[in-house]
Amino acid sequence: MPDLSPVSIARPTGTRVSRVLGIASLVGIVWLVVFGLFLSPNDATQKAGVRILYIHVPSAWLAYLAFIVTGISSAAYLFKRTRSLTWDRIAGASAEVGVLFMGVTLVSGSLWGRISWGIYWTWDSRLTTTAFLFVTYIGYLAVRGLGGTHQQRARRSAIIALLATLEVPLVHFSVKWWRPLHQQESVAEGKLNGLMLFTLFVGIIAFTLLYVWLVLHRQRVLAMEDALDDQGLDTALAERRAEGAQI
Amino acid sequence: MSTWRIARLIAAKDLRIELRSRVVTNQVLPFAALVMVMFAFALDNDNVLTRVAPGLVWLATMFSMLVLVQRSFAVESADGALDALQVAGVRPAGIFLGKSMALAAQLAVLEVVLLLAAIVLYQAEVAWSGAVLLVTTFVAATTGLAFVGTLYGGLAAGAKGRETLLPLLMLPVVAPVLIGATRATEAAFGTNGASSSEGWPWIGLLALFAALFGTGGTLAFGSLIDE
Repeated sequence: MPDLSPVSIARPTGTRVSRVLGIASLVGIVWLVVFGLFLSPNDATQKAGVRILYIHVPSAWLAYLAFIVTGISSAAYLFKRTRSLTWDRIAGASAEVGVLFMGVTLVSGSLWGRISWGIYWTWDSRLTTTAFLFVTYIGYLAVRGLGGTHQQRARRSAIIALLATLEVPLVHFSVKWWRPLHQQESVAEGKLNGLMLFTLFVGIIAFTLLYVWLVLHRQRVLAMEDALDDQGLDTALAERRAEGAQI
Repeated sequence: MSTWRIARLIAAKDLRIELRSRVVTNQVLPFAALVMVMFAFALDNDNVLTRVAPGLVWLATMFSMLVLVQRSFAVESADGALDALQVAGVRPAGIFLGKSMALAAQLAVLEVVLLLAAIVLYQAEVAWSGAVLLVTTFVAATTGLAFVGTLYGGLAAGAKGRETLLPLLMLPVVAPVLIGATRATEAAFGTNGASSSEGWPWIGLLALFAALFGTGGTLAFGSLIDE
Protein backbone atom coordinates (compact mmCIF):
# COMPACT_ATOMS: atom_id res chain seq x y z
CA MET A 1 0.00 0.00 0.00
CA PRO A 2 1.32 3.49 -0.78
CA ASP A 3 2.20 5.89 1.99
CA LEU A 4 -1.02 7.57 3.03
CA SER A 5 -0.14 9.92 5.85
CA PRO A 6 -2.56 12.84 6.44
CA VAL A 7 -0.52 15.00 4.08
CA SER A 8 -0.83 12.56 1.22
CA ILE A 9 -4.58 12.17 1.79
CA ALA A 10 -4.94 15.81 0.86
CA ARG A 11 -3.18 15.04 -2.43
CA PRO A 12 -5.33 14.96 -5.58
CA THR A 13 -5.95 11.65 -7.30
CA GLY A 14 -4.34 12.77 -10.54
CA THR A 15 -0.82 11.98 -11.63
CA ARG A 16 0.98 12.99 -14.81
CA VAL A 17 -0.09 9.76 -16.52
CA SER A 18 -3.74 10.16 -15.59
CA ARG A 19 -3.72 13.80 -16.65
CA VAL A 20 -2.41 12.82 -20.08
CA LEU A 21 -5.05 10.07 -20.22
CA GLY A 22 -7.77 12.50 -19.22
CA ILE A 23 -6.79 14.98 -21.93
CA ALA A 24 -6.55 12.15 -24.48
CA SER A 25 -10.05 10.88 -23.64
CA LEU A 26 -11.44 14.41 -23.79
CA VAL A 27 -9.88 14.89 -27.23
CA GLY A 28 -11.27 11.50 -28.25
CA ILE A 29 -14.78 12.43 -27.17
CA VAL A 30 -14.66 15.79 -28.98
CA TRP A 31 -13.44 13.90 -32.03
CA LEU A 32 -16.30 11.41 -31.64
CA VAL A 33 -18.84 14.25 -31.37
CA VAL A 34 -17.48 15.91 -34.52
CA PHE A 35 -17.45 12.67 -36.52
CA GLY A 36 -20.58 11.12 -35.02
CA LEU A 37 -22.84 14.16 -35.23
CA PHE A 38 -21.49 16.09 -38.24
CA LEU A 39 -19.10 14.29 -40.54
CA SER A 40 -20.56 10.77 -40.73
CA PRO A 41 -23.40 10.32 -43.26
CA ASN A 42 -27.02 9.44 -42.52
CA ASP A 43 -28.07 5.83 -42.92
CA ALA A 44 -30.26 5.00 -45.93
CA THR A 45 -33.14 3.62 -43.85
CA GLN A 46 -32.60 4.93 -40.34
CA LYS A 47 -31.54 8.44 -41.30
CA ALA A 48 -29.85 10.19 -38.35
CA GLY A 49 -31.02 7.44 -35.97
CA VAL A 50 -27.98 5.43 -36.88
CA ARG A 51 -25.83 7.89 -34.91
CA ILE A 52 -26.92 6.22 -31.66
CA LEU A 53 -24.59 3.43 -32.78
CA TYR A 54 -21.57 5.55 -31.92
CA ILE A 55 -22.62 5.69 -28.26
CA HIS A 56 -24.33 2.33 -27.97
CA VAL A 57 -21.61 0.01 -29.25
CA PRO A 58 -18.68 1.68 -27.41
CA SER A 59 -20.57 1.76 -24.11
CA ALA A 60 -21.59 -1.90 -24.47
CA TRP A 61 -18.00 -2.84 -25.23
CA LEU A 62 -16.82 -0.82 -22.26
CA ALA A 63 -19.36 -2.37 -19.88
CA TYR A 64 -18.31 -5.88 -20.84
CA LEU A 65 -14.65 -4.90 -20.60
CA ALA A 66 -15.30 -3.48 -17.13
CA PHE A 67 -16.92 -6.70 -15.93
CA ILE A 68 -14.10 -8.80 -17.35
CA VAL A 69 -11.63 -6.59 -15.47
CA THR A 70 -13.72 -6.99 -12.30
CA GLY A 71 -13.67 -10.76 -12.73
CA ILE A 72 -9.92 -10.93 -13.32
CA SER A 73 -9.09 -8.58 -10.44
CA SER A 74 -11.34 -10.55 -8.12
CA ALA A 75 -9.58 -13.78 -9.08
CA ALA A 76 -6.25 -12.04 -8.55
CA TYR A 77 -7.35 -11.04 -5.06
CA LEU A 78 -8.44 -14.56 -4.15
CA PHE A 79 -5.23 -16.05 -5.51
CA LYS A 80 -2.88 -16.05 -2.51
CA ARG A 81 0.30 -15.00 -4.26
CA THR A 82 -1.24 -11.89 -5.77
CA ARG A 83 -3.50 -10.99 -2.83
CA SER A 84 -3.60 -7.23 -2.44
CA LEU A 85 -6.35 -4.76 -1.62
CA THR A 86 -5.39 -2.87 -4.76
CA TRP A 87 -6.96 -5.69 -6.81
CA ASP A 88 -10.11 -5.39 -4.75
CA ARG A 89 -10.29 -1.64 -5.35
CA ILE A 90 -9.69 -2.07 -9.07
CA ALA A 91 -12.52 -4.64 -9.15
CA GLY A 92 -14.84 -2.25 -7.30
CA ALA A 93 -13.95 0.79 -9.38
CA SER A 94 -14.31 -1.17 -12.60
CA ALA A 95 -17.70 -2.55 -11.57
CA GLU A 96 -18.96 0.96 -10.77
CA VAL A 97 -17.90 2.25 -14.17
CA GLY A 98 -19.30 -0.90 -15.76
CA VAL A 99 -22.73 -0.47 -14.16
CA LEU A 100 -22.81 3.16 -15.31
CA PHE A 101 -22.01 2.27 -18.91
CA MET A 102 -24.29 -0.76 -18.91
CA GLY A 103 -27.06 1.68 -17.99
CA VAL A 104 -26.04 3.88 -20.92
CA THR A 105 -26.04 0.78 -23.16
CA LEU A 106 -29.54 -0.26 -22.10
CA VAL A 107 -31.02 3.22 -22.45
CA SER A 108 -29.35 3.99 -25.78
CA GLY A 109 -30.18 0.49 -27.03
CA SER A 110 -33.87 0.73 -26.24
CA LEU A 111 -34.09 4.19 -27.82
CA TRP A 112 -32.37 2.84 -30.88
CA GLY A 113 -34.64 -0.20 -30.87
CA ARG A 114 -37.63 2.11 -30.86
CA ILE A 115 -36.26 3.87 -33.94
CA SER A 116 -35.16 0.83 -35.92
CA TRP A 117 -37.50 -1.98 -34.74
CA GLY A 118 -40.40 0.13 -33.50
CA ILE A 119 -40.16 -1.34 -29.98
CA TYR A 120 -38.15 -0.43 -26.91
CA TRP A 121 -37.40 -3.95 -25.81
CA THR A 122 -37.34 -7.45 -27.22
CA TRP A 123 -36.63 -10.66 -25.27
CA ASP A 124 -33.58 -11.45 -27.28
CA SER A 125 -30.85 -13.43 -25.55
CA ARG A 126 -28.24 -10.70 -25.86
CA LEU A 127 -30.53 -8.01 -24.49
CA THR A 128 -31.79 -10.17 -21.67
CA THR A 129 -28.30 -11.28 -20.66
CA THR A 130 -27.18 -7.65 -20.62
CA ALA A 131 -30.10 -6.64 -18.42
CA PHE A 132 -29.29 -9.48 -16.02
CA LEU A 133 -25.66 -8.48 -15.93
CA PHE A 134 -26.75 -4.96 -15.01
CA VAL A 135 -28.85 -6.14 -12.07
CA THR A 136 -26.24 -8.68 -10.96
CA TYR A 137 -23.53 -6.04 -10.73
CA ILE A 138 -25.83 -3.64 -8.90
CA GLY A 139 -26.09 -6.50 -6.39
CA TYR A 140 -22.30 -6.82 -6.41
CA LEU A 141 -21.95 -3.13 -5.54
CA ALA A 142 -24.48 -3.63 -2.73
CA VAL A 143 -22.34 -6.49 -1.37
CA ARG A 144 -19.31 -4.19 -1.41
CA GLY A 145 -21.23 -1.80 0.81
CA LEU A 146 -22.02 -4.41 3.47
CA GLY A 147 -19.33 -3.20 5.86
CA GLY A 148 -16.76 -5.08 7.88
CA THR A 149 -13.01 -4.83 7.50
CA HIS A 150 -11.41 -4.11 4.14
CA GLN A 151 -10.28 -7.72 3.93
CA GLN A 152 -13.77 -9.05 4.62
CA ARG A 153 -15.23 -6.75 2.00
CA ALA A 154 -12.57 -7.79 -0.51
CA ARG A 155 -13.01 -11.53 0.01
CA ARG A 156 -16.77 -11.43 0.06
CA SER A 157 -17.11 -9.27 -3.03
CA ALA A 158 -14.44 -11.23 -4.92
CA ILE A 159 -16.40 -14.44 -4.39
CA ILE A 160 -19.63 -12.78 -5.49
CA ALA A 161 -17.90 -11.38 -8.58
CA LEU A 162 -16.59 -14.83 -9.54
CA LEU A 163 -20.02 -16.39 -9.01
CA ALA A 164 -21.51 -13.65 -11.18
CA THR A 165 -18.94 -14.40 -13.89
CA LEU A 166 -19.92 -18.09 -13.81
CA GLU A 167 -23.55 -17.11 -13.86
CA VAL A 168 -23.36 -15.07 -17.07
CA PRO A 169 -23.00 -18.03 -19.49
CA LEU A 170 -25.79 -19.91 -17.67
CA VAL A 171 -28.17 -16.99 -18.03
CA HIS A 172 -27.10 -16.47 -21.63
CA PHE A 173 -27.70 -20.05 -22.70
CA SER A 174 -30.92 -20.50 -20.78
CA VAL A 175 -32.36 -17.36 -22.37
CA LYS A 176 -31.07 -18.44 -25.75
CA TRP A 177 -32.83 -21.80 -25.51
CA TRP A 178 -35.89 -20.15 -24.08
CA ARG A 179 -36.32 -17.77 -27.00
CA PRO A 180 -34.39 -18.98 -30.00
CA LEU A 181 -34.84 -15.72 -31.90
CA HIS A 182 -32.26 -14.27 -34.16
CA GLN A 183 -31.47 -10.73 -33.42
CA GLN A 184 -32.38 -8.71 -36.45
CA GLU A 185 -29.26 -6.68 -36.67
CA SER A 186 -30.37 -3.55 -38.38
CA VAL A 187 -26.83 -2.44 -38.97
CA ALA A 188 -24.95 -5.41 -40.33
CA GLU A 189 -21.19 -5.11 -40.65
CA GLY A 190 -21.32 -4.85 -44.41
CA LYS A 191 -23.83 -2.03 -44.46
CA LEU A 192 -21.59 0.39 -42.60
CA ASN A 193 -19.59 2.55 -44.94
CA GLY A 194 -15.97 3.47 -44.30
CA LEU A 195 -16.63 6.73 -42.51
CA MET A 196 -19.22 5.15 -40.22
CA LEU A 197 -16.87 2.35 -39.32
CA PHE A 198 -14.12 4.86 -38.63
CA THR A 199 -16.42 6.88 -36.37
CA LEU A 200 -17.32 3.74 -34.47
CA PHE A 201 -13.63 3.01 -34.10
CA VAL A 202 -13.02 6.50 -32.72
CA GLY A 203 -15.86 5.94 -30.27
CA ILE A 204 -14.39 2.69 -29.00
CA ILE A 205 -10.94 4.24 -28.53
CA ALA A 206 -12.35 7.34 -26.80
CA PHE A 207 -14.55 5.30 -24.45
CA THR A 208 -11.72 2.90 -23.60
CA LEU A 209 -9.45 5.83 -22.67
CA LEU A 210 -12.26 7.30 -20.61
CA TYR A 211 -12.71 3.96 -18.85
CA VAL A 212 -9.04 3.69 -17.91
CA TRP A 213 -9.05 7.27 -16.68
CA LEU A 214 -12.21 6.82 -14.60
CA VAL A 215 -11.03 3.54 -13.06
CA LEU A 216 -7.62 5.01 -12.18
CA HIS A 217 -9.18 7.91 -10.33
CA ARG A 218 -11.94 5.92 -8.70
CA GLN A 219 -9.49 3.30 -7.52
CA ARG A 220 -7.34 6.00 -5.92
CA VAL A 221 -10.37 7.55 -4.24
CA LEU A 222 -11.28 4.11 -2.86
CA ALA A 223 -7.72 3.70 -1.56
CA MET A 224 -8.00 7.05 0.20
CA GLU A 225 -11.36 6.13 1.71
CA ASP A 226 -9.84 2.93 3.07
CA ALA A 227 -6.86 4.84 4.43
CA LEU A 228 -9.18 7.35 6.05
CA ASP A 229 -11.11 4.52 7.70
CA ASP A 230 -7.91 2.99 9.04
CA GLN A 231 -6.67 6.34 10.23
CA GLY A 232 -9.95 7.09 11.96
CA LEU A 233 -9.71 3.79 13.78
CA ASP A 234 -6.10 4.43 14.81
CA THR A 235 -6.98 7.90 16.07
CA ALA A 236 -9.91 6.60 18.06
CA LEU A 237 -7.75 3.86 19.57
CA ALA A 238 -5.04 6.36 20.48
CA GLU A 239 -7.60 8.66 22.11
CA ARG A 240 -9.04 5.84 24.20
CA ARG A 241 -5.55 4.82 25.24
CA ALA A 242 -4.75 8.40 26.20
CA GLU A 243 -7.91 8.53 28.32
CA GLY A 244 -6.83 5.34 30.05
CA ALA A 245 -3.39 6.75 30.74
CA GLN A 246 -4.84 9.84 32.46
CA ILE A 247 -6.71 7.76 35.00
CA MET B 1 -16.47 -35.60 12.74
CA SER B 2 -16.91 -35.95 9.03
CA THR B 3 -18.36 -33.09 7.00
CA TRP B 4 -21.24 -35.32 6.00
CA ARG B 5 -22.13 -36.10 9.62
CA ILE B 6 -21.97 -32.38 10.52
CA ALA B 7 -24.26 -31.64 7.57
CA ARG B 8 -26.81 -34.21 8.73
CA LEU B 9 -26.75 -32.89 12.29
CA ILE B 10 -27.26 -29.31 11.12
CA ALA B 11 -30.06 -30.32 8.76
CA ALA B 12 -31.76 -32.27 11.54
CA LYS B 13 -31.42 -29.29 13.88
CA ASP B 14 -32.94 -26.90 11.32
CA LEU B 15 -35.82 -29.21 10.55
CA ARG B 16 -36.45 -29.80 14.26
CA ILE B 17 -36.65 -26.04 14.82
CA GLU B 18 -39.14 -25.75 11.96
CA LEU B 19 -41.22 -28.67 13.22
CA ARG B 20 -41.46 -27.12 16.65
CA SER B 21 -41.94 -23.50 15.67
CA ARG B 22 -44.34 -24.35 12.80
CA VAL B 23 -43.42 -21.14 10.99
CA VAL B 24 -43.29 -22.93 7.64
CA THR B 25 -46.64 -24.67 8.00
CA ASN B 26 -48.44 -21.75 9.64
CA GLN B 27 -47.01 -18.84 7.68
CA VAL B 28 -44.96 -19.75 4.61
CA LEU B 29 -47.33 -22.33 3.12
CA PRO B 30 -50.39 -20.09 3.53
CA PHE B 31 -48.39 -17.27 1.96
CA ALA B 32 -47.53 -19.47 -1.03
CA ALA B 33 -51.16 -20.51 -1.45
CA LEU B 34 -52.16 -16.87 -1.22
CA VAL B 35 -49.72 -15.99 -4.01
CA MET B 36 -51.36 -18.65 -6.20
CA VAL B 37 -54.80 -17.15 -5.52
CA MET B 38 -53.49 -13.65 -6.26
CA PHE B 39 -52.11 -14.87 -9.61
CA ALA B 40 -55.60 -16.09 -10.43
CA PHE B 41 -57.00 -12.63 -9.65
CA ALA B 42 -54.39 -10.95 -11.83
CA LEU B 43 -54.73 -13.38 -14.75
CA ASP B 44 -58.49 -13.56 -14.73
CA ASN B 45 -58.97 -16.19 -17.39
CA ASP B 46 -58.99 -19.98 -17.01
CA ASN B 47 -57.23 -20.62 -20.29
CA VAL B 48 -54.39 -18.29 -19.45
CA LEU B 49 -53.99 -19.83 -16.00
CA THR B 50 -53.77 -23.38 -17.32
CA ARG B 51 -51.26 -22.30 -19.92
CA VAL B 52 -48.96 -20.46 -17.52
CA ALA B 53 -49.49 -22.76 -14.51
CA PRO B 54 -45.94 -24.25 -14.61
CA GLY B 55 -44.37 -20.81 -14.59
CA LEU B 56 -46.59 -19.63 -11.75
CA VAL B 57 -45.69 -22.68 -9.64
CA TRP B 58 -42.00 -21.80 -9.94
CA LEU B 59 -42.52 -18.09 -9.50
CA ALA B 60 -44.47 -18.71 -6.29
CA THR B 61 -41.73 -21.13 -5.18
CA MET B 62 -39.08 -18.44 -5.60
CA PHE B 63 -41.02 -15.75 -3.77
CA SER B 64 -41.76 -18.09 -0.89
CA MET B 65 -38.16 -19.24 -0.91
CA LEU B 66 -37.06 -15.69 -0.07
CA VAL B 67 -39.08 -15.99 3.13
CA LEU B 68 -37.68 -19.46 3.87
CA VAL B 69 -34.08 -18.30 3.42
CA GLN B 70 -34.58 -15.26 5.63
CA ARG B 71 -36.04 -17.56 8.24
CA SER B 72 -33.28 -20.13 7.89
CA PHE B 73 -30.63 -17.53 8.73
CA ALA B 74 -32.70 -15.53 11.20
CA VAL B 75 -32.51 -18.53 13.56
CA GLU B 76 -28.73 -18.57 13.11
CA SER B 77 -27.95 -14.92 13.57
CA ALA B 78 -30.48 -14.28 16.38
CA ASP B 79 -28.23 -15.44 19.23
CA GLY B 80 -24.98 -15.42 17.31
CA ALA B 81 -25.50 -19.13 16.66
CA LEU B 82 -23.57 -19.02 13.41
CA ASP B 83 -20.57 -17.45 15.14
CA ALA B 84 -20.84 -20.00 17.91
CA LEU B 85 -20.79 -22.82 15.38
CA GLN B 86 -17.64 -21.41 13.81
CA VAL B 87 -15.96 -20.82 17.14
CA ALA B 88 -16.75 -24.43 17.98
CA GLY B 89 -14.70 -25.38 14.95
CA VAL B 90 -17.57 -26.70 12.85
CA ARG B 91 -16.46 -26.88 9.23
CA PRO B 92 -18.25 -24.24 7.08
CA ALA B 93 -18.72 -26.79 4.28
CA GLY B 94 -20.72 -28.91 6.73
CA ILE B 95 -22.85 -25.93 7.75
CA PHE B 96 -23.46 -25.11 4.09
CA LEU B 97 -24.47 -28.63 3.11
CA GLY B 98 -26.59 -29.10 6.22
CA LYS B 99 -28.51 -25.87 5.82
CA SER B 100 -28.95 -26.62 2.10
CA MET B 101 -30.41 -30.02 2.91
CA ALA B 102 -32.85 -28.53 5.41
CA LEU B 103 -33.83 -25.81 2.96
CA ALA B 104 -34.29 -28.38 0.17
CA ALA B 105 -36.62 -30.41 2.41
CA GLN B 106 -38.72 -27.34 3.16
CA LEU B 107 -38.75 -26.33 -0.50
CA ALA B 108 -39.91 -29.82 -1.47
CA VAL B 109 -42.92 -29.54 0.85
CA LEU B 110 -43.65 -26.08 -0.52
CA GLU B 111 -43.45 -27.26 -4.14
CA VAL B 112 -45.80 -30.18 -3.57
CA VAL B 113 -48.36 -27.80 -2.06
CA LEU B 114 -47.95 -25.38 -4.97
CA LEU B 115 -48.24 -28.19 -7.50
CA LEU B 116 -51.47 -29.34 -5.88
CA ALA B 117 -52.70 -25.74 -5.88
CA ALA B 118 -51.97 -25.51 -9.61
CA ILE B 119 -53.89 -28.72 -10.27
CA VAL B 120 -56.86 -27.67 -8.15
CA LEU B 121 -57.00 -23.94 -8.89
CA TYR B 122 -55.65 -23.71 -12.44
CA GLN B 123 -56.90 -27.03 -13.86
CA ALA B 124 -53.34 -28.05 -14.70
CA GLU B 125 -53.22 -31.70 -15.72
CA VAL B 126 -50.34 -34.01 -14.97
CA ALA B 127 -50.04 -36.91 -17.38
CA TRP B 128 -48.57 -40.16 -16.03
CA SER B 129 -46.13 -40.24 -18.93
CA GLY B 130 -44.60 -37.01 -17.65
CA ALA B 131 -44.33 -38.14 -14.03
CA VAL B 132 -40.67 -39.20 -14.21
CA LEU B 133 -39.71 -35.93 -15.87
CA LEU B 134 -41.71 -33.97 -13.32
CA VAL B 135 -40.04 -35.65 -10.33
CA THR B 136 -36.57 -35.23 -11.88
CA THR B 137 -37.26 -31.55 -12.57
CA PHE B 138 -38.37 -30.95 -9.01
CA VAL B 139 -35.33 -32.73 -7.57
CA ALA B 140 -32.84 -30.92 -9.82
CA ALA B 141 -34.40 -27.49 -9.44
CA THR B 142 -34.86 -27.83 -5.68
CA THR B 143 -31.22 -28.82 -5.22
CA GLY B 144 -30.03 -25.79 -7.18
CA LEU B 145 -32.39 -23.42 -5.39
CA ALA B 146 -31.38 -24.73 -1.97
CA PHE B 147 -27.67 -24.21 -2.72
CA VAL B 148 -28.19 -20.68 -4.03
CA GLY B 149 -30.51 -19.80 -1.15
CA THR B 150 -28.04 -21.00 1.47
CA LEU B 151 -25.08 -19.33 -0.23
CA TYR B 152 -26.67 -15.89 -0.55
CA GLY B 153 -28.62 -16.22 2.68
CA GLY B 154 -25.34 -16.85 4.52
CA LEU B 155 -23.79 -13.83 2.86
CA ALA B 156 -26.68 -11.55 3.78
CA ALA B 157 -27.02 -12.97 7.32
CA GLY B 158 -25.81 -10.52 9.91
CA ALA B 159 -25.64 -7.68 7.40
CA LYS B 160 -27.77 -4.65 7.98
CA GLY B 161 -30.55 -4.31 5.44
CA ARG B 162 -30.45 -8.03 4.63
CA GLU B 163 -34.20 -8.18 3.97
CA THR B 164 -33.78 -5.92 0.96
CA LEU B 165 -30.39 -7.22 -0.13
CA LEU B 166 -31.38 -10.88 -0.41
CA PRO B 167 -33.98 -10.56 -3.21
CA LEU B 168 -31.67 -8.27 -5.19
CA LEU B 169 -28.84 -10.79 -5.00
CA MET B 170 -30.80 -13.99 -5.29
CA LEU B 171 -33.50 -13.43 -7.90
CA PRO B 172 -31.15 -12.66 -10.82
CA VAL B 173 -29.10 -15.73 -9.92
CA VAL B 174 -32.06 -18.12 -9.88
CA ALA B 175 -33.40 -16.84 -13.21
CA PRO B 176 -31.94 -19.81 -15.15
CA VAL B 177 -33.73 -22.16 -12.74
CA LEU B 178 -37.00 -20.32 -13.33
CA ILE B 179 -36.59 -20.69 -17.10
CA GLY B 180 -35.33 -24.26 -17.03
CA ALA B 181 -37.77 -25.62 -14.44
CA THR B 182 -40.72 -23.87 -16.10
CA ARG B 183 -39.90 -25.34 -19.52
CA ALA B 184 -39.33 -28.82 -18.10
CA THR B 185 -42.55 -28.67 -16.07
CA GLU B 186 -44.46 -27.52 -19.15
CA ALA B 187 -43.12 -30.54 -20.99
CA ALA B 188 -44.18 -32.82 -18.14
CA PHE B 189 -47.65 -31.25 -17.99
CA GLY B 190 -47.95 -31.29 -21.75
CA THR B 191 -48.84 -27.57 -21.67
CA ASN B 192 -49.22 -26.02 -25.14
CA GLY B 193 -48.77 -29.44 -26.71
CA ALA B 194 -45.21 -29.83 -25.44
CA SER B 195 -43.98 -33.43 -25.34
CA SER B 196 -42.07 -34.77 -22.36
CA SER B 197 -38.95 -35.41 -24.44
CA GLU B 198 -38.57 -31.63 -24.86
CA GLY B 199 -38.08 -31.32 -21.11
CA TRP B 200 -34.93 -33.40 -20.71
CA PRO B 201 -32.38 -30.90 -22.11
CA TRP B 202 -33.54 -28.46 -19.45
CA ILE B 203 -32.76 -31.04 -16.76
CA GLY B 204 -29.16 -30.80 -17.94
CA LEU B 205 -29.18 -27.06 -17.34
CA LEU B 206 -30.74 -27.48 -13.89
CA ALA B 207 -28.20 -30.16 -12.94
CA LEU B 208 -25.30 -28.00 -14.15
CA PHE B 209 -26.66 -25.10 -12.12
CA ALA B 210 -26.96 -27.24 -8.98
CA ALA B 211 -23.45 -28.66 -9.45
CA LEU B 212 -21.96 -25.20 -9.97
CA PHE B 213 -23.51 -23.60 -6.92
CA GLY B 214 -23.07 -26.73 -4.80
CA THR B 215 -19.33 -26.71 -5.48
CA GLY B 216 -19.04 -22.92 -5.21
CA GLY B 217 -20.96 -22.86 -1.95
CA THR B 218 -19.02 -25.71 -0.35
CA LEU B 219 -15.74 -23.97 -1.15
CA ALA B 220 -16.71 -20.37 -0.44
CA PHE B 221 -19.24 -20.51 2.38
CA GLY B 222 -16.59 -20.17 5.08
CA SER B 223 -15.32 -16.90 3.64
CA LEU B 224 -18.81 -15.53 3.15
CA ILE B 225 -20.09 -16.03 6.70
CA ASP B 226 -16.82 -15.03 8.34
CA GLU B 227 -17.54 -11.91 10.37
